[in-house]
Amino acid sequence: MYKYDSYDQAMVDTRVEEFRDQVKRRLEGHITEDQFKPLRLMNGLYLQLHAYMLRVAVPYGTLSSAQMRMLGDIADKYDRGYGHFTTRQNIQYNWIKLEEAPDILADLAKVEMHAIQTSGNCIRNTTSDQYAGAAADEVIDPRPYAELIRQWSTFHPEFSFLPRKFKMAVIASDTDRAAMRLHDIGIQLVRNEMGEIGAAFYVGGGMGRTPMIAPLINPFVPIDQMITYSEACLRVYNRYGRRDNKYKARIKILVHELGKEDYTAQVEAEFLHLLSQNIEPPLDELSRIKAQFVDPPFDAAAPDTIDRSDPDFALWNDTNCLPHKKPGYIAVTISLKPVGGIPGDASADQMRLMADLAREYSFDECRVTHAQNIVLPHVRKADLYTLWQQLDTAGLGTANLDRIGDIIACPGLDYCSLANARSIPVAQKISERLSDKSAAIGELKLKISGCINACGHHHAGHIGILGVDRKGVENYQLLLGGCEGADTSLGQITGPGFDEDGIVDAVEKTTEVYLAARQDGERFLDTYRRVGMAPFKEALYG
Amino acid sequence: MAEPQYRFRDDEPVGDPAVTVDSFGDQSNAAAVRIEPGDDARALLPHLERIRLVEVNFPVFGDGRGYSAARILREAGYQGELRAVGDVLVDQVAFLRRCGFDAFAPEVPLNPADAEAAFIRFDNVYQPTIDGRTPIWALRHG
Amino acid sequence: MKILTGNDLKTGAVTWWDGVQWSLHVEDAVDVGDHAETILARETAARRVNAGYAIDAVKDEGGVRPGHIKERIRALGPTVRIDLTLKPADPEAGTWVI
Repeated sequence: MYKYDSYDQAMVDTRVEEFRDQVKRRLEGHITEDQFKPLRLMNGLYLQLHAYMLRVAVPYGTLSSAQMRMLGDIADKYDRGYGHFTTRQNIQYNWIKLEEAPDILADLAKVEMHAIQTSGNCIRNTTSDQYAGAAADEVIDPRPYAELIRQWSTFHPEFSFLPRKFKMAVIASDTDRAAMRLHDIGIQLVRNEMGEIGAAFYVGGGMGRTPMIAPLINPFVPIDQMITYSEACLRVYNRYGRRDNKYKARIKILVHELGKEDYTAQVEAEFLHLLSQNIEPPLDELSRIKAQFVDPPFDAAAPDTIDRSDPDFALWNDTNCLPHKKPGYIAVTISLKPVGGIPGDASADQMRLMADLAREYSFDECRVTHAQNIVLPHVRKADLYTLWQQLDTAGLGTANLDRIGDIIACPGLDYCSLANARSIPVAQKISERLSDKSAAIGELKLKISGCINACGHHHAGHIGILGVDRKGVENYQLLLGGCEGADTSLGQITGPGFDEDGIVDAVEKTTEVYLAARQDGERFLDTYRRVGMAPFKEALYG
Repeated sequence: MAEPQYRFRDDEPVGDPAVTVDSFGDQSNAAAVRIEPGDDARALLPHLERIRLVEVNFPVFGDGRGYSAARILREAGYQGELRAVGDVLVDQVAFLRRCGFDAFAPEVPLNPADAEAAFIRFDNVYQPTIDGRTPIWALRHG
Repeated sequence: MKILTGNDLKTGAVTWWDGVQWSLHVEDAVDVGDHAETILARETAARRVNAGYAIDAVKDEGGVRPGHIKERIRALGPTVRIDLTLKPADPEAGTWVI
């Protein structure tokens, strides 16, 4: 894992003191809320439905056990004993006091964490594949490249007042586990025929009210020009992105309106100019960072077998574990989606337990996933059963990764002042209704957003649900056929919306149509793509 | 013309009124120009040698196009005064300075103590810009 | 009726104008008639409230009921964590918001 040096630490510490000063000026009345708002947002502090909310960055989703422990301790000390892991691999606390916010940032800084740029019209936390460094199918560990981007984007002087927020993701596998093409910039690290690493740039993706899949604008940027190329992409956006309408201000609209060719031509011209400015960190810096992401000391003699005699454990093993690049090891997903639970929420005790388990069984490391779960990336197969027993006892052993109960849901109207409808109760009811059929249904990614901003990724759900406000009453629209993987697609709306109970029935009917129509081995998405919308519509509205 | 509250230059301030970017090319005796957010700073590049003052207007602090305009001018070798005017807030001055601004004429004057703290708060920076500060990666690798 | 709501500047807690000060309980809210702007300007300037605004509400046998579900959830707390709301002992408290 990346360790801060004195420079990184000084940056974060200085930021804490700056924010302490800003909060003091606000509390003493020297600045108004209008002036304070952009400052607190740059530090991840929102004024939400019930209180202040703090969003803490988890760079590329990677946490040490000490960091996870601190997240749990903060939940107890400053909040109400829990936190919410988000679709951007971050964590949010819902009940923060403004006067305590600087102290929280100071505690975070003690474990090399921060809330810098987790909101505001700037470059946000860079996300990545939760199995980075463990996955058998990766070209290279993407996290050093994401760390390079983290440093470049931190307090970037030119790009702190962009037309709108800006999200980047970096992956290094053909299987996209980070919804890369639904980001403002998605980077896929690739190897060319000479064996060199380069960055394929996908620019202009996003969800929200105008979902777009990012087009590929450059298939191979040499790795020692990745930052310069990013700077060129951003500069064209900062200069020409729309500022007249906040709903048309994301880079996806600029790329769409200019057209991919024109946008790319402008980026290439800016890139040529910027190459003369020597802004690229040297490869020595990348090497320094890479040295901190070397493999942990894997045991070459680790047994490669698992005792699967306990059927509940075998089910969890089949569902929640991913092959590891090293024999004898396996990557484990801890589901934060217990049946009837709140997707992505974890109590302080659960966070501390996961910290302990990461230390004991996964070389001190865990990951946050964009699907709001936690991964222990490097578990010895020999330890798997013991680990599962401890998880199960703590309510963290649900066997439902990528199943219908593994629902992505935004906080919705229960917590969020932008929401139009509640998301969590719908997720809870669906999970309770369909958990018995989970194994029969197989892979099915269900995603719920409480408004068109799409924090719950509903466009990218095999089944997506969008909550809307219909004359003051919550109403839910159903979408089918979205996917965030390598074959990214956007869901299509089925027709008129449903009330809260109606949407649960509609999801159940949708799964019944699938189960009746499915041919050998098809996932829900495969069947939908083969048979189309018609039979589903017929069952829902016929 | 807005008088700067802060000016990090020793030369004589330019007293000429600034003209707009689109008229600047035709006024061969003008030495001061004002960039609005929608203007293309690169339109000034053919005339850099006779410009002594560029005012970049920030009608609202959240419109960050002026940061790019400033860097583009400095990257092209512009040596004259670069003045931020308009809705310039204390918590932006360090970023503006990094982008090449060397004069500040905020509509609402900044609290001097806050501004002085803001200019010098961060000892180091992650990115190289035309301000010449050594980025952290260069400090790490000598 | 028109009532005023906002957040406490220091703690962020949702508050309601009761005619004298800011209360945590929506049932204390009073009709401010045409005085919303005057009261909000004064209270905001004094930093007794943050991000305040006026909303429509009705008074019925259950007390003061904000007109929109969003404000009713603000008044109660998250319906999915009744234990954290202002009515932690009432498992049916969530039905009030609908």
